[in-house]
Amino acid sequence: MRGAIVDRPIDPAALLAEVASPSNGATVLFVGTVRDMNDGTRVTGLDYTAYRAMAERELRDILAEAGERFATSDIVVEHRIGALGLGDASVVIAVAHPHRGEAYEASRYVIEELKGRLPIWKREHYADRKPEWVAATIGASSP
Amino acid sequence: MTVRVLLFASYADAIGASELSLKLPAGARVRDVLSRVKELAAGKRIPDHPLVAVNERYADENQQVTASDEVAIIPPVAGG
Repeated sequence: MRGAIVDRPIDPAALLAEVASPSNGATVLFVGTVRDMNDGTRVTGLDYTAYRAMAERELRDILAEAGERFATSDIVVEHRIGALGLGDASVVIAVAHPHRGEAYEASRYVIEELKGRLPIWKREHYADRKPEWVAATIGASSP
Repeated sequence: MTVRVLLFASYADAIGASELSLKLPAGARVRDVLSRVKELAAGKRIPDHPLVAVNERYADENQQVTASDEVAIIPPVAGG
């Protein structure tokens, strides 16, 4: 298991390779990307900032919880911070497991928990007004 | 004692600083740190009961703080 806050582009293929193992029959890759609309407003880009030490510690806790719940240690997560453009990956989660059910569930657990718990904030840039910090978007409008 | 307080994102913008050093009496709790921050000129822009972390762990307002602690006031998170 590995979780990291990074300030460079994320390579999803590298995360997939990291969880690959002959004992796993299913691998789930989640890629969260910067969307061009939020609440009906056209978004042109995002800045992510983090309380980095706490975010990495909290991420380790989430991975340990997921590993215990779903009986796998093959989970790798990277969350990017800094300036991101439309379509850039902000978070990538790779989970591998002997079976698909647990792989999907573990992936879902990790994304929902990290959205609710990691001390990370984003400031949206808009086509037609000043940038704004955005509050959490748990639920339907989440990626 | 002097306690180090970290501010982030919208709260750092509101206060105009990302870090504060606050003098507090020994035995002070998280709620005392928050009261002191609220007394600052722009402190009204911080909610009454924001999320707080002490030494990188979410903490409640009753938690005692010591001089070596790092207290962080956490705006609504928006990772993912």
